[in-house]
Amino acid sequence: MNTTDRTIEALANREYKWGFVTDVAADTIPPGLDEDVIRLISAKKSEPDFMLEWRLRAYRHWSKLERSAGEPKWANVSYPPIDYQKIVYYSAPRREGSGLASLDDVDPKLIETFDKLGIPLAEQKRLAGVAVDAVFDSVSVATTFKEKLAELGIIFCSFSEAVRNHPELVQKYLGSVVPYTDNFYAALNSAVFSDGSFCYIPKGVRCPMELSTYFRINTAGSGQFERTLIVADEGSSVSYLEGCTAPRRDENQLHAAVVELIALEGAQIKYSTVQNWYAGDADGRGGIFNFVTKRGKCAGRRARISWTQVETGSAITWKYPSVILQADDTVGEFYSVALTANRQQADTGTKMIHVGKNTRSTIISKGISAGRGNNTYRGLVKILPRASHARNYTQCDSLLLGDRCGAHTFPYIEVANASSTAEHEASTSKISDEQLFYCKQRGLSGENAVSLIINGFCKEVFKNLPMEFAVEAQKLLGVSLEGSIG
Amino acid sequence: MATAVSTRARYLADFATREREGALERPSWLGPLRRAAISTFAEAGFPTTREEDWRYTNLAPLAQMPFTPVQTHEPPELSGTTVARLGIEGADWPRLVFVDGRYARRASTPTRQTLADGVRISSLADAMQADAGHGDGARLERHLARHAKPDGNVFAALNTAFVEDGALVEVRADTAASQPIELVFVARTPGVLAQPRILVIAERGSRVTIVERYVALVDDAYFTNVVTEVAIGPGASVDHYVVQEQSVRAFHVATLHAAIERDGSFSTCGVTLGGRLARTTLTAEFRGEGGAAALRGLYVIEGTQHVDHHVTVDHAVPRCTSRQLYKGVLDGSARAVFNGRIVVRPDAQKTDANQTNKHLLLSDGVEVDTKPQLEIFADDVKCTHGAAEGQLAPEPLFYLRSRGLAEPAARALLTYGFAREVVERIAPVPLQAYVDRQLRALTERLLQRSDRTAVEAAPSTKENR
Repeated sequence: MNTTDRTIEALANREYKWGFVTDVAADTIPPGLDEDVIRLISAKKSEPDFMLEWRLRAYRHWSKLERSAGEPKWANVSYPPIDYQKIVYYSAPRREGSGLASLDDVDPKLIETFDKLGIPLAEQKRLAGVAVDAVFDSVSVATTFKEKLAELGIIFCSFSEAVRNHPELVQKYLGSVVPYTDNFYAALNSAVFSDGSFCYIPKGVRCPMELSTYFRINTAGSGQFERTLIVADEGSSVSYLEGCTAPRRDENQLHAAVVELIALEGAQIKYSTVQNWYAGDADGRGGIFNFVTKRGKCAGRRARISWTQVETGSAITWKYPSVILQADDTVGEFYSVALTANRQQADTGTKMIHVGKNTRSTIISKGISAGRGNNTYRGLVKILPRASHARNYTQCDSLLLGDRCGAHTFPYIEVANASSTAEHEASTSKISDEQLFYCKQRGLSGENAVSLIINGFCKEVFKNLPMEFAVEAQKLLGVSLEGSIG
Repeated sequence: MATAVSTRARYLADFATREREGALERPSWLGPLRRAAISTFAEAGFPTTREEDWRYTNLAPLAQMPFTPVQTHEPPELSGTTVARLGIEGADWPRLVFVDGRYARRASTPTRQTLADGVRISSLADAMQADAGHGDGARLERHLARHAKPDGNVFAALNTAFVEDGALVEVRADTAASQPIELVFVARTPGVLAQPRILVIAERGSRVTIVERYVALVDDAYFTNVVTEVAIGPGASVDHYVVQEQSVRAFHVATLHAAIERDGSFSTCGVTLGGRLARTTLTAEFRGEGGAAALRGLYVIEGTQHVDHHVTVDHAVPRCTSRQLYKGVLDGSARAVFNGRIVVRPDAQKTDANQTNKHLLLSDGVEVDTKPQLEIFADDVKCTHGAAEGQLAPEPLFYLRSRGLAEPAARALLTYGFAREVVERIAPVPLQAYVDRQLRALTERLLQRSDRTAVEAAPSTKENR
């Protein structure tokens, strides 16, 4: 075993440093799911009737799916069956009295938790210049910078608040991109989602700071079902970040989120994710099942939606951030780095649906497999007959570290318009001995050489991340691969 | 659906009849294989678009039509002029002719004299009558229906259940067949189901070239379901060509399986010009290290033709090389499906696999669905694939026009050039010349239609297709 073998080994056996549990009094409902649970969740959040109706419709659709086909089986992942009646669908840190007047009312333990995770919620840290909505288990605990954003007319709040304060916007856009009938997990989420972030950027406003949501699962046996809805009105632009962690536990926990983006004419949305849910231990015990539906719609001309994701966590990732290029001259982008080490499985990719004329999409996907990880790129590029002069470029590269991992590519390309062009390129390789030799001969240690090469491999994606995130992503990749470089 | 079910029931009834007649046990060892195959078919039935392998190809029209095998036991005959027309100019190589799936002895070249020692070709029906368990019979038993497995492939199952005739090509160890061997399948009767079976056995260190051709004497609906098995021994080399010019109302389903032993080499090139629905399921399976496979295909289709290629390269062992090149030209409302799968199994280190799939879209009504898959379980490998769908690039078009070519001629030339990359790798000279002529005529016909203007100008008329 040479140095790099050892380095990879070391990388793979990394510790998950976000695996602590916060001991807070929680308001947790018993596990199980039926219509009463949905009514209870809705009542706890004092939702208007239209929300409850919608949840119940979604639930009925979901239970029909569960009885007939069950969960989707086409993904290239395997896991034991999930018992949906054993999941806790609502868990919130208990608070005294009613509502939060300011951050001071937030349980200090929660502030401490987010501080530990490096998420500044406290006033003095506002200099960081990123507005954060922090979601702990089922509810949002704090949203920073609200007032400053409100001056510009930007609404950035938890989903529950949006339902209470801006029901007309929620009703108009909720489910307009991902209807509850979309898939099994979207239906489940629509029925039981507890919180999430809501964001509305008014006409012509460029959001002056990065908006961010931080998700944290804490309670054992609970699932997290959050929902994010971002609406960028005409000519506006926003950059949005999402991060996630969970404690280490021996059991699997379910995370089934839905993210909907709507970009109207000339609007731009950039959505970045660093996903670092607990991935399970080296033998594949525990970890989060991350079954997420993310989709954006370019509803107005010249709109642009860009997804960037760095997926390093979760036992299983099942996620396809997509763009519907509905209007003419719209642009969709997808940049992804997915890493699977130990026994992680990822089946991830994107869908680009070209409906309008002169629509363009770019897909750059980098998969890294190490240990016994299995990494699948699954993508769809669909160019409809009306989408003349549509253009797609897809590149998916895989890097294999070790001879017990797998890298798979399943791209679907459907072209029904002769004036459009779709290109797809894919490659699979390992770090060559020549590359390593060159770096080492220049004085780099094996570990640094591998890290350098991997970062180079991912560069095209990282350069699309906001700066703070890019730095975090690079570090994360290093930590996630610790012990798996050979 | 009801018709599809009854079609299935008819196949099962046919099988039961043959069982009563004792036809299944000719030869005896084939009986259990036939029974296993028919139960695969009985269970699965015709695939629907809900199945991943048939997602883009709807078989409902095929499943609804009541195709039946030829009902006579008389050996088929062809007139002298027809036989003469079947040949390719300059190709004086041995030829077996089949009519509606059955061997036409008198139309075929008397093969014994023309072949080198150690090369044997015969009709499968004759070969199966040979004494089972000895010599020829034993070899046949070892290979027939042992490579193209019926599980997961309903059409291979159907063919295996009813296998009766076809071609057997055997090349003994260290023998090179001096000339290509041509197998011509003629469709003559409307509504007929032909299920020919081809078995090629190339022993250690041998070489042989096989040419399969499909020609139509009738412009009507019929169904050809062919299975070709190629067993390539250690160090042996097989070059295989298919030129398919079926009627544009015909259904053509082909299964090709090549099993490549250590240091063996296999190449295939399929040229598809005909058929209403043409599906090829091709598998190259490496069974020993050092194998090489080159898989190529060209399809030039128009009207409502539908061509589907499913290619799997199974790198089950280390140090094998595979190359794929598939190109399609689509006009009218034609539809092309390509599914190329490269599997690198655990420990198949030093695999070198690549795949290219390109489509040229000439008209706004066409549709292409392509899915180049990689499934890789070993790290020291080199695997790439690329796919591109698009129209003729404006720059070369402009260049040719600036040289004085009218636009249709320039388009025809560029289209021909696109397809030529596959054609020029056809080694037998008469065959290459033949395909080249067909291609030239076709591209000129496609592109010199007066209604064809630049695609850009075409209004989008198909919004809600």
